[in-house]
Amino acid sequence: MSDLLAARSQMAISLAFHIIFAVVGIGMPLLMVLAEWRWRATRDPVYLELARRWAKGTAILFAVGAVSGTVLSFELGLLWPRFMEMAGPIIGMPFSLEGFAFFTEAIFLGIYLYGWEKIPPKAHIGAGILVALSGVLSGIFVVIANAWMNTPTGFRAISGQLTELDPIRAMLNPAAFQQTLHMTLAAYAATGLAVSAVHAVFLFGDPMNAFHRRALQIGLMVGTPAALLQPVSGDISARNVAEYQPAKLAAMESVFETRREAPLLIGGLPDIDRREVRFGIEIPYGLSLLAYHDPHAEVKGLDQVPREDWPHVTIVHLAFQIMVGLGSYMALVALWVAITALRRREVSQNRALLKAIILAGPMGFLAIEAGWVVTEVGRQPWIISGVLRTAEAVTPMPGLVVPFTLITLLYLFLGTIVAWMLYSQIIRSPVTRDWSRSYTPGPKVEVKG
Amino acid sequence: MSQTIEALLLAGVILIALNGYVLLAGADFGGGVWDLLASGPRRDRQRELIANAIGPVWEANHVWLILVVVLLFTCFPLVFSRVAVGLHIPLTLMLFGIVLRGSAFIFRSYDTHHDVAQRRWGRTFSIASLLTPFLLGVCVGAIASGRVGPPAAGTDFIAGYVSPWLTPFALSLGLFTVVLFAFLAAIYLTIEADGESLKEDFRTRALMAGGLCFVAAVLTLVTALRDAPLMQEGLLGSTRAIPIHLLTGAFAVTALVALWKRRWHLARFAAAAQLSCIIWGWAAAQYPYLLPPDLTIKEAAAPRITLQLTLAALVLGAAVLFPSLRYLFRVFKSK
Ligand code: HDD
Ligand code: HEM
Ligand code: HEM
Repeated sequence: MSDLLAARSQMAISLAFHIIFAVVGIGMPLLMVLAEWRWRATRDPVYLELARRWAKGTAILFAVGAVSGTVLSFELGLLWPRFMEMAGPIIGMPFSLEGFAFFTEAIFLGIYLYGWEKIPPKAHIGAGILVALSGVLSGIFVVIANAWMNTPTGFRAISGQLTELDPIRAMLNPAAFQQTLHMTLAAYAATGLAVSAVHAVFLFGDPMNAFHRRALQIGLMVGTPAALLQPVSGDISARNVAEYQPAKLAAMESVFETRREAPLLIGGLPDIDRREVRFGIEIPYGLSLLAYHDPHAEVKGLDQVPREDWPHVTIVHLAFQIMVGLGSYMALVALWVAITALRRREVSQNRALLKAIILAGPMGFLAIEAGWVVTEVGRQPWIISGVLRTAEAVTPMPGLVVPFTLITLLYLFLGTIVAWMLYSQIIRSPVTRDWSRSYTPGPKVEVKG
Repeated sequence: MSQTIEALLLAGVILIALNGYVLLAGADFGGGVWDLLASGPRRDRQRELIANAIGPVWEANHVWLILVVVLLFTCFPLVFSRVAVGLHIPLTLMLFGIVLRGSAFIFRSYDTHHDVAQRRWGRTFSIASLLTPFLLGVCVGAIASGRVGPPAAGTDFIAGYVSPWLTPFALSLGLFTVVLFAFLAAIYLTIEADGESLKEDFRTRALMAGGLCFVAAVLTLVTALRDAPLMQEGLLGSTRAIPIHLLTGAFAVTALVALWKRRWHLARFAAAAQLSCIIWGWAAAQYPYLLPPDLTIKEAAAPRITLQLTLAALVLGAAVLFPSLRYLFRVFKSK
């Protein structure tokens, strides 16, 4: 394994690991706050139990997110010193703001988790809201930095140096809005549906259980709207990619030759040597329509990009197909949920729908990983599009396969522990008797907290 | 304002953030050391006290380090990239320490099923708490000794990636850091402890660690004479640094005397002041270099616009941060 490949793989593993926890750090606080709000409004103790349990799960995941995020901020320098030398002054801005968002998030999470008995109710739910807000903000800032790597603006590149820096314009780069919107929705869709799926599993065997019904309701409250909006937001992203990153779009859709009235390709396996795609389904005009909202628009192909500047077409294409496939399924399930709810039927009593939700559980996270592969692998061979090549940015340190192997083992180990811990600590039915029936809250009980 | 002043201000903020990390997260690491060394009839109560003291605050305390890293790569990118290349090995090891410390701590708090598993997490947590500050000290030592130079093309592995940090001076600074953090933690814990006997446990520990601090300080000084010419000059030769060193000594003595007399709050103040003086003394000794032997604060600084915007962001951030931090500590540390 070459040092460059080891560095890229280490970065990929670290990010793929971190993003799971980051996404949970964005989504879970909202669920927690919603549960606490329902509890304060109804005094139904089921909601309190939910808020507390979710908080407990969030604490575990947040800690792993914080440490794996720290690893990333060091790795930016440990693996890509030349990149940081060049880009630090221009994208340091969103990272600095992100730093403050982390601070706020960590402070108020501490208060939220350990403060149930110590601060007044309003302050407690306020702390939860701040955690949810700063979680979203930290995600937005870091994605802005990544959007700049894809569509860099706000500088002039003269002989390998960036001059005339304008960090504000860099933050307002052309991909920033699309990527942050898509990522934020992704976080809510993924966590909302994953939580719903867990409780749907329990409801399958215990359909009247009040605890799981309320949990499902809150999970869907967050997951459904986001999953419905995600294809719309993805379309906005795709049009942006078509305009600013034509090589990436060409790889996503395996467009080898520039053409008008380009069809949309579904599935298929690109054969790079013969420059064609096998086994795909073509929808006439589809790509021109989606990318430019005009059936006759010209779509740039890989023939316009020098061969050595192509990203890895097969990986990008397959990852994109996976994301869109999973996203379409999630949106359909969300639509089904929405229709059921609008017709005032109980989602928890529809066994077919419960099955569909359970299947959607892991999909959001898989789609997120796939989406990032599209974005990152699709940018290759550039670390800053058109400005700096990944190969020029890598550290001169030899033997990078050693840290790569160690980090991979560490994360495999941690991932296993976290999964087991969530399973054994959080994802269990509470044993309160009356909740297993169709539970209606009795006379209001004051629960301290 | 000229660019020099802005760069100086930002270097100052980085140092303040490092200071914050040392005083807050440093004590959390020190707590881990005492968890490892918990002993006597109140062993379990000692561990419980440490866990309760760290629980609500360690993540917030940890973010100071992230602030240091982010400000460094934004405002002094050349320093960041050179440190990341030359100190790749100890920094990577330190990351392992950070990951294992944080996750083992949280796993231990939530894994209530098995005593065996809990003990294993406790062990991981405390060993990682020992390793991380040691490596932090080693990295600081490498920087202070002026060995993290520009990466010369074609240098061999040992010369380029090992010898910058594998020196007696850097290693003794690593040791010194561990002992200092343990000292600080024991003093903080005397205040957090309920009950006289528990307070006494940590008083004894603080006194022992205080004694060790002096030994480690002397060791660091002696090795500095050999490995760190710049430090030697800055520590002993410069008029700028001498008052800070005198203050450091005075605070160290005050902390020990206050401990002896059981004046807990005075001891805590003096110990925190002592550690801060060590940091600022180091900075004064290597001023105007940010990364000796050749990168001064001015030369390493990012373009002016970046510095200005970062300062603006800092003002904005501080307006949110400080009231929040005050609230956090008021809720959990009001004793
Ligand atoms: C829940 C997760 C999820 C779902 C259901 C979808 N996506 Fe996505 N997608 C992501 C999660 C994601 C992501 C992981 O969050 C990415 C990576 C970078 C980014 O900004 O978002 C992404 C990137 C991404 C990009 C590349 C943006 C860039 O490189 O700048 C495009 C064009 C799309 N998506 C399009 C879609 C379409 C048309 C979808 C239709 C169903 C879709 N996505 C569903
Ligand atoms: C799309 C990618 C990313 C998103 C959405 C994201 C988001 C988040 C969020 C929400 C947190 C809060 C902790 C948690 O809840 O788990 C977090 C933690 C962190 N992330 Fe990321 N992150 C991403 C990528 C990165 C990258 C590339 C870096 C490296 C520069 C990074 C650095 C950090 C750091 C340092 C923390 C720890 C902060 C703390 O202690 O609270 N993240 N991230
Ligand atoms: C958290 C979600 C993310 C995932 C899963 C992810 C995934 C990946 C992958 C798969 C690679 C390897 C690409 C290749 O070499 O073929 C990569 C590289 C990289 N990513 Fe990301 N990425 C994420 C977010 C980010 C963000 C937010 C940033 C920066 C702010 C970032 C910065 C980088 C850098 C610097 C590299 C190495 C250079 C390169 O290969 O271009 N990534 N990432």
